[in-house]
Amino acid sequence: MSKIQNAFQNGKAFIPFITCGDPSLAVTEQLVYAMEEAGADLIELGIPFSDPTAEGPVIQAANMRALSQGVTTDDIFEMVFRIRKKTQIPMVFMTYANVIFSYGAERFIRRASELGMDGLILPDLPFEEKEEFDPLCRQYGIDLVSLIAPTSKERISMIAKEASGFVYCVSSLGVTGVRKEIQTDIGAMVKLVKEANDIPCAVGFGISTPEQAARMASLSDGAIVGSAIVKICAAYGEDCVPYVKEYVREMKQACLEE
Amino acid sequence: MSKGRFGIHGGQYMPETLMNAVIELEEAYNHYKNDPQFNAELTELYNEYAGRPSRLTYAAHMTEKLGGARIYLKREDLNHTGSHKINNVLGQVLLAKKMGKTRVIAETGAGQHGVATATVAALMGMECEIFMGEEDTIRQALNVYRMRLLGAQVHPVKTGTATLKDAVSETMREWTNRIEDTHYVLGSVMGPHPFPTIVRDFQAVISREIKSQILEKEGRLPDVVMACVGGGSNAIGAFYHFIENEEVQLIGCEAAGRGVNTKETAATIATGRLGIFHGMKSYFCQDEYGQIAPVYSISAGLDYPGIGPEHAHLYDTGRAQYVPVTDDEAVEAFEYLSRTEGIIPAIESAHAVAHAMKIAPQMDKDKIIVINISGRGDKDCAAIARYRGEEIYE
Repeated sequence: MSKIQNAFQNGKAFIPFITCGDPSLAVTEQLVYAMEEAGADLIELGIPFSDPTAEGPVIQAANMRALSQGVTTDDIFEMVFRIRKKTQIPMVFMTYANVIFSYGAERFIRRASELGMDGLILPDLPFEEKEEFDPLCRQYGIDLVSLIAPTSKERISMIAKEASGFVYCVSSLGVTGVRKEIQTDIGAMVKLVKEANDIPCAVGFGISTPEQAARMASLSDGAIVGSAIVKICAAYGEDCVPYVKEYVREMKQACLEE
Repeated sequence: MSKGRFGIHGGQYMPETLMNAVIELEEAYNHYKNDPQFNAELTELYNEYAGRPSRLTYAAHMTEKLGGARIYLKREDLNHTGSHKINNVLGQVLLAKKMGKTRVIAETGAGQHGVATATVAALMGMECEIFMGEEDTIRQALNVYRMRLLGAQVHPVKTGTATLKDAVSETMREWTNRIEDTHYVLGSVMGPHPFPTIVRDFQAVISREIKSQILEKEGRLPDVVMACVGGGSNAIGAFYHFIENEEVQLIGCEAAGRGVNTKETAATIATGRLGIFHGMKSYFCQDEYGQIAPVYSISAGLDYPGIGPEHAHLYDTGRAQYVPVTDDEAVEAFEYLSRTEGIIPAIESAHAVAHAMKIAPQMDKDKIIVINISGRGDKDCAAIARYRGEEIYE
């Protein structure tokens, strides 16, 4: 069992996402410490990919900024090595299948495991293709996180039954990015997950305000926020750490007060 | 191994949001592909609307000048809308209509697939939105106007390299946004299963016709069938019914751009390696960390960093060969076919003509080559003039 379980022991979880190397790996490292202090329960570290097909414009731009700095998978592993000397907060990588495949699936997953990473989120790896990486993830103790979407319907219980770590509940149609309102019946999706498997379920895509976080957390086990944080990184660049920290504090508070 | 595999290639590497959509598409396709009514309607559209069967023209002057194999040209350039793209679009939009969809979206590179999709959407009364790399909207401005004229909305894609791969990514993103009433008319034999199979089946009409036409004209099968390859839809269409005839050599001509030893190339088999992208496992141009390479070719339609999974498998098994052809060679062939046969080929198809010009003189006079002329070159005239240092205004 990975450390992901721990993320759901402190009331409703708040799970922030940042893109590694945006604006620099040094700042990414500082963001991890700051977000942990502010109450983040689990941190999603995005490994930038040239063509992130599940991302909206905000995270696409962050990927481009990071890649234009020359950030590589190996640089990110080195950063995780430094981070793990200081904190054991649960952390997962979020990236695309080709980043893992191209590195060599076993080489990547073994390295991630040795460095103390806890899980892997791959938006372009559906249930039907998880054999590509899942056996290796199980072998090395990495949770390959399953996603469910508003269109999943009868697929939810099939996916949930074999899920590990937590289930990532995609709140809305479309790609990542801030939304004014979330119309999906999240409660019904979470119920289907829980009927199939006793596993934490966190909601992401489109959440930016404390009110949304509180509402999504009330319907599930936690809220995931990416684009809203990446926007702060884009706006303040090298100086973004205190702003992100304050935002995370506010959002975790909202999750707890649901 | 999951569905839709060609050897190790293919699969369905898609966001969960789209999984039920591709499963629904597969079920609908499996139902309608054997439905006599559907096939009768499609054949009617092929013949009466697109102008099929397309001719198989004997290239007498080219054959004589090159002094070797007898050369035939499969004239997909004569189809309505000017390329092979219409074959696939008629099939997919008819299928989408049967599925109850009212809106189609598509990516386009050179604009040929976008124009074909806009055309068939107009014919069948569907709403249509086309995603095209901003770079390509400049290279192919005339096609942008044609799509608008046909009632489609054209979205210039500014992300990434602003070319075909980014247009594909953006269309996938749009599909996750609106699925219920929308079908994604993927333009090549790529993407997640069932697209590589569906597109191949609709394009296979090309090789079905070549086979019967060449048997009628020559009384035997050709020695070589060749076609240009980007994603690979015209090539798979030209190859498909010959795959079982081992004696027929199949050659795909990739866009080498400024050369396979430069970074400005789109020759996937020559320079790429195995990867997972745009829904499929196949060969892709990429760096050591799996970042997709910003590819280049003079031809917007071949300017794609991957190749369809069935081609990747034909390459693995040695059943087909893939050769790189540079911009320079393609432009020369573009001009050569225009002067020699009075046929202006698409710059994409000119890549295949260029390779035929290399191999035909080495072959005996009793050998037969069929080149698939996948489209006509009117759309390319301004760009080729520019390449030769001449500014013309459309």
